[in-house]
Amino acid sequence: MFRRQRSIPLRGSAAALSNNLSVLQLPVCNLTHFGVVHGPSAQLLSVAPEGVPLAQRQLHAKEGAGVSSPLITQVHWCALPFRVLLVLTSHRGIQMYESDGSVMVYWHALDSRDASPVQAMFARGIASCGHFICVGMWSGRVLVFDIPAKGPNIVLSEELAGHPTSVTDIASEPAQEQDPAGERGKGSPCLSPQDCMADVVTADDSGLLCVWRSGPEFKLLTRIPGFGVPCTSVQLWKGIAAVGYGNGQVRLYETSTGALHVQINAHARAICALDLAPEVGKLLSAAEDTFVHIWKLSKRTESGCTEVEHCHGECVPDTQVCGARFCDPSGSSFAVTGYDLAEILTFSSE
Amino acid sequence: MFNKSFIEELLKPQELYSKKALRTIYDRLAHASIMKLNQASMDKLYDLMTMALKYQVLLCPRPKDVLLVTFNHLDTIKGLIQDNPALLHLVDETLRQLIEVYGGLSAGEFQLIRQTLLTFFQDLHIRVSLFLKDKVQNSNGRFVLPVSGPVPWGIEVPGLIRMFDNKGEEVRRVEFPHGGNYVTAPKEGSFEVYGDRVLKLGTNMYSVNRPVETHTSGTSKNLSSQAQQSIAPNPLAKEELNFLAKLMGGMEIKKTSGPEPGFRLNLFTTDEEEEQAALTRPEELSHEVVNIQATQDQQRNQELARIMGEFEVMDQPRWSASKGDDLLAMMDEL
Repeated sequence: MFRRQRSIPLRGSAAALSNNLSVLQLPVCNLTHFGVVHGPSAQLLSVAPEGVPLAQRQLHAKEGAGVSSPLITQVHWCALPFRVLLVLTSHRGIQMYESDGSVMVYWHALDSRDASPVQAMFARGIASCGHFICVGMWSGRVLVFDIPAKGPNIVLSEELAGHPTSVTDIASEPAQEQDPAGERGKGSPCLSPQDCMADVVTADDSGLLCVWRSGPEFKLLTRIPGFGVPCTSVQLWKGIAAVGYGNGQVRLYETSTGALHVQINAHARAICALDLAPEVGKLLSAAEDTFVHIWKLSKRTESGCTEVEHCHGECVPDTQVCGARFCDPSGSSFAVTGYDLAEILTFSSE
Repeated sequence: MFNKSFIEELLKPQELYSKKALRTIYDRLAHASIMKLNQASMDKLYDLMTMALKYQVLLCPRPKDVLLVTFNHLDTIKGLIQDNPALLHLVDETLRQLIEVYGGLSAGEFQLIRQTLLTFFQDLHIRVSLFLKDKVQNSNGRFVLPVSGPVPWGIEVPGLIRMFDNKGEEVRRVEFPHGGNYVTAPKEGSFEVYGDRVLKLGTNMYSVNRPVETHTSGTSKNLSSQAQQSIAPNPLAKEELNFLAKLMGGMEIKKTSGPEPGFRLNLFTTDEEEEQAALTRPEELSHEVVNIQATQDQQRNQELARIMGEFEVMDQPRWSASKGDDLLAMMDEL
């Protein structure tokens, strides 16, 4: 049973975007950081336990050519082996900051040579993987940046081509240990189970998913076709891609084979966010239908099947939800943002 | 408004208009007709239009349905001009243009369009008595998002979990409590020039004549952020407004031949109320009509002079032959 906790006020309301909430848990200092996009600006908040806001900072999209202030598409904290960076994507490019947003360490402008007079240009979809940060583009390309342990010497390592339409979201998980039952090795085109450890999934507006293995050169392992509906949010858990779609469905695919394991008619509107509490296998889905649902995932090693159980549903009345995240590793608390809402709603089951 | 070249310009791929630019177009359109409005009624009309459009975009079941809403608007207009075949043809042509430009866009592209439109309406919570009475808006200015009724076309009623094995065979099916009260969608609205749109959003909300009020008190909380956005001088704003002036130049005004060439629209119950509203309207919400000043450019001078001649300008026009930079300076004053 979850109960509403104290809301965290925002300086500006949340914009109607997908994945419009990022949370950085810092258990060591008992703080939680929240990041929300307002429009041409994004707000970062540091919050103490019990939802007491301590500090806030506003970041703006870097200006460039164009009529109006550029809009930010996403803000996301990336946890890397030796540091945490805050990445901000907009209609002009990619900005990377130290985790508190105090210093910009890198700026990558969108290449205006690629611009089409008809399509909007933007970067969207952010995930860290090892010492790489992957960022998606309106063109379908995924930029892979190599991040040093400290300092601003960030380098564009690779541009992945795999998507015919705009990237929507990217997910990653730490490389998995070898599959003891050898299930994954069966029927897959990889040479050995080691080769098959997918750790990055990218998704686009057509619903297509690309499954990659990260490295100095990323390798495309599997393509999971869409069905004409945009994929709005994606998560990766134990080699299973949890995918949210514009038709309110959540699907779980086995990434090595591309096989569909679970299909949930979860929401009555487009899904705007998915989040995972990987240690306990909990999945959070939020949609524009005002609902947030929590699911329990489990993998049956004998059959290789995946099972899903519904744990909890929450209605945020008259609110078009645009972001949702777990706030602790056990998945016992979560936060929600909504379009036009100038506060972060929090729920806890403790 | 359905002038061919005007529509063509509107349908060109472009960024979202700024709030100032949209208000300028709106004012010019209103004054291009035989209708006369003073500042207070104009402001009220604009607020009403903005909130109605916010309601329609926000409640669209699918992002693509913003197109159906537009078709509903046009269908209703056609119903009002049945006796004018030339005008009917123009509106039909507009429908065809819309289908050509937007009909082929993907669901993802419509989602981006809808999200971008929603940025325009962010933080606007003006209460409209028609909406309050119909219970589509709460007293805090936010719209009601129902969790019952038909799901959008292409979406399944929530509540089912299906699990499959590696061969794709369904092994288990479980229902879960989704919290809403949904039913399947009856049918899809038509995206043709003629057809049943199915969707009611965008149809005439006035079945009976009722007084319409907009409440502006209590909405100033988030306006500071709005005001801040428009203060920064935008070097390309001048281009925007000059472009608009050009568009307006192509519009013809039909002068009616009757004894009364125009009518004055008052959105308040009495003239005194209208004056009072103009005086007490919160500062932040006043939209000032931007006066387009003539530039030194000869061609522009002629075009603009022609526009000035054809439009009714409510405030004292400040004509000067100064350079276009004055336009920018003027915007800074607003």
